[in-house]
Amino acid sequence: MNVGIVMLVHTALGRAEQVARHWSAAGCPVVIHVDKVVDRKTYDNFVNALSDLAHITFSKRYRCEWGTWGIVQATQAASEQMLAQNAQVRHVYLASGSCLPLRPVQELLDYLAERPQTDFIESATTSEVPWTVGGLDEERFTLRFPVSWKRNRYLFDLLVNTQRSLGLRRKMPNGIVAHMGSQWWCLSRRTLSAILQDPERSTYDRFFRQVWIPDESYFQTLARHYSSNIESRSLTLSKFDFQGKPHIFYDDHLQLLRRSDCFVARKIWPYADRLYEAFLTDAAGAMKKTEPNPGKIDRIFSKAVERRTRGRSGLYMQSRFPNEDWENGVTAAPYSMFQGFAELFENFEPWLTAATGARVHGHLFATDKVYYADGQTAINGALSDSAVLRDYNGRGFLTNLIWNTRGERQCFQFGPADNQDICWRVAKDPNAQISVITGAWAVPLFRSNRDFADIRAIAANLQKKESEHMDILRSPYTKARVRIWTMAEFIEAPMEPLQGILDEIGRTKLSRLSEAPKMVDLAGFGQFLQNLKNQGMHPYLMGDFPVERGVAATPKAQRKPYLVQ
Amino acid sequence: MGIFRSYGLRLQRKRWRIRAIRKRRELKRVANRTGQIRSDDLLLFCTQRNEGVRLPYFLEYYRKMGVGHFFFVDNDSDDGSLDYLADQPDVSVWSTKASYKRARFGVDWLNGLQMKFAHGHWVLTVDPDEFLVFPFCDTRPLRALTDWLDASSIKSFSAMLLDMYPKGRLDEQPYRAGQNPIDIACWFDSGNYTISRNPSFGNLWIQGGPRSRVFFPEEPAKAPALNKVPLVKWDKRYAYVSSTHMLLPRGLNQVYDEWGGEKASGVLLHAKFLDTFGDKAKEELERSQHYAGSVEYKAYAERIKDDPQLWCKWSERYINWRQLEILGLMSKGNWA
Repeated sequence: MNVGIVMLVHTALGRAEQVARHWSAAGCPVVIHVDKVVDRKTYDNFVNALSDLAHITFSKRYRCEWGTWGIVQATQAASEQMLAQNAQVRHVYLASGSCLPLRPVQELLDYLAERPQTDFIESATTSEVPWTVGGLDEERFTLRFPVSWKRNRYLFDLLVNTQRSLGLRRKMPNGIVAHMGSQWWCLSRRTLSAILQDPERSTYDRFFRQVWIPDESYFQTLARHYSSNIESRSLTLSKFDFQGKPHIFYDDHLQLLRRSDCFVARKIWPYADRLYEAFLTDAAGAMKKTEPNPGKIDRIFSKAVERRTRGRSGLYMQSRFPNEDWENGVTAAPYSMFQGFAELFENFEPWLTAATGARVHGHLFATDKVYYADGQTAINGALSDSAVLRDYNGRGFLTNLIWNTRGERQCFQFGPADNQDICWRVAKDPNAQISVITGAWAVPLFRSNRDFADIRAIAANLQKKESEHMDILRSPYTKARVRIWTMAEFIEAPMEPLQGILDEIGRTKLSRLSEAPKMVDLAGFGQFLQNLKNQGMHPYLMGDFPVERGVAATPKAQRKPYLVQ
Repeated sequence: MGIFRSYGLRLQRKRWRIRAIRKRRELKRVANRTGQIRSDDLLLFCTQRNEGVRLPYFLEYYRKMGVGHFFFVDNDSDDGSLDYLADQPDVSVWSTKASYKRARFGVDWLNGLQMKFAHGHWVLTVDPDEFLVFPFCDTRPLRALTDWLDASSIKSFSAMLLDMYPKGRLDEQPYRAGQNPIDIACWFDSGNYTISRNPSFGNLWIQGGPRSRVFFPEEPAKAPALNKVPLVKWDKRYAYVSSTHMLLPRGLNQVYDEWGGEKASGVLLHAKFLDTFGDKAKEELERSQHYAGSVEYKAYAERIKDDPQLWCKWSERYINWRQLEILGLMSKGNWA
């Protein structure tokens, strides 16, 4: 048989035995390296269990600690044994105890027989690939790493920093170029024996002994030196997460693994009974004889990494609570905040609903209660209309509301009479679209039937609050899309700004605005403002209103005189 | 975090541990099967009082999940549940007539037992009405999760308390022993939770849900905490501080990501609101053995009198863990 399997084993020996038998049944010679941490008795039992198979032999044991030279030593010893004992072997496949062949072994043998001189080893130069985790890429080779990272992290970091500050560097021996890649390879006898029998091997070994994670670089670098035909990919499907540890496959990945068409997968959870049962008993041809296609698996694992590192925008929950400004999206979706519109137009909310199809709420942050659209007492997610509950965590209320109603545009009214706690949060949110008609809060006062002394006091208070809010919206920290008009400016030509707002909300039902909302009757408003001024309270946010201008809501168009010539 | 505060927390942890050792003397051994425990068994710790009707399903649920051994502290039950537990082959039981309140609501008793028996094990600490749901729990056993946590060097796993309730009056459908309580109480609030950080212990403080909405609409600050860290790779130096809401050392409370990512988390389905609730609330009020002068039970009793209905139009019906993960109540994190 022309393919030999080198297996590195350290736990779940029962599973390793099953897989070794599977390789062996297909006629492949197997050399097993068992980690030195496995105690003598367990090791002997393991060897005895496999003693009925002559093709399976065991190599000299080394201590294989993650990231250290022992793993390379073990691989070298087992590979040498494989090549020496099995003269007919043309390819050596390096696998681990938690690797599982997904396709019938015969298909792998055929595949390799068609490519007799190809070396399958993932190998890329360090400078061009941002794979590494933890900030050590080129320094893996230029520094020395005499202590274990897992057991002695403090000393490890100390040594790295000392070497950095002293400027200590090592040079690659004989001008070889550092390459890295997956630990799991399949090399041709020609390349592998060239590496193992190189007269310079002791030089290389001495160098790599103090390289960080040499199992990902020793063969990868030297294969580049000797091979004439490298396929830079691993035949073993193996995905890594953002910390550089392999993803694990479970029973529920069965269909996914089937569809991957890969030859071998790692790492398999030792208790994944269904996977072992399914793949070790598959009849020939259970999977298509095609090129391996790990794309589908790639997607779900890269999504998992994305979820762990970026998360879902606008979600605040028990295991995602970003610091301020690190939210990667303050809220889940775009929304609009309107200030002064509901005061200036009698039917603004129904009009906006009709024009955009969005959900248009009243004053969500009113001091007495939450005014949801359609007078509802609660909304998606059982968010209550109690002002006390809302004010207990106003920012949380807003982010919850936007998260709960994902998929539906939310609009709400705001004003200086409302709770102002969320002003900064909204201003700093790129999802917010804020439109303000300053001074429009005066309209309800103007139309109210209250004592003028009260009105004056309320107006002064509202003006102060709105002015503070405008300062926030005009600050350089504001990320929201903000539009501010004075009231005088707005009523000059209301259609244009309204059209602009609708266009930005998008999904408008009308291509052109045909019907404008109905403006309240402002006759006498100029005089009202003048009265406030006369009382010493200068309203300035609404812009210039001449006293005389009895602003008619919609001035009636004068008909042209009909001329008879 | 200054050196003094961190030393203060260290002293506090030692204090809780000494207290746990002292309170352990209040426990009387009823059945000790701890000799059967294997070195890699998952352990479950629980205090209970007169929960006999809930226990059969509770044990079945967690046995199926892969829990290897159960530890119970029985607080003066008189419904036969102590005998029932003592007969189970994989349960060790201690009993006590001492004050639940003065054992800091059972925390001291369990800390004491965990210190003695749980070192080096994955430990799940839950109440008889709490049912853990974790990512992929329909296809993978709990051991798959703990193996993955081990491989990722994660020592604690968060599972927020999610209050479940039935539609209609709480006492409409009687609960029978052995029945899945989630079949009756299958509704929950999906999106009205508020979160803030607890600066001294580093944990999140989550409130909200139906209890906040119905029982505490005027005093939201008094609503019960819902954040929990029920699954921990135990070390004898660890101690729960207040229920399973937080632990010391404080690093174990860091179950959330602060830079935008999501860590893996689960949910504890809280099947408290069954027909048994009315009697329980009455009894607990009389005993006054619960947190903050039983303010929670007082508020319940108050509301339950007029309208014992937690359900509302926006309640969500429970389907499975994937639903909870889509709603954003839990996360797969980078487990795939």
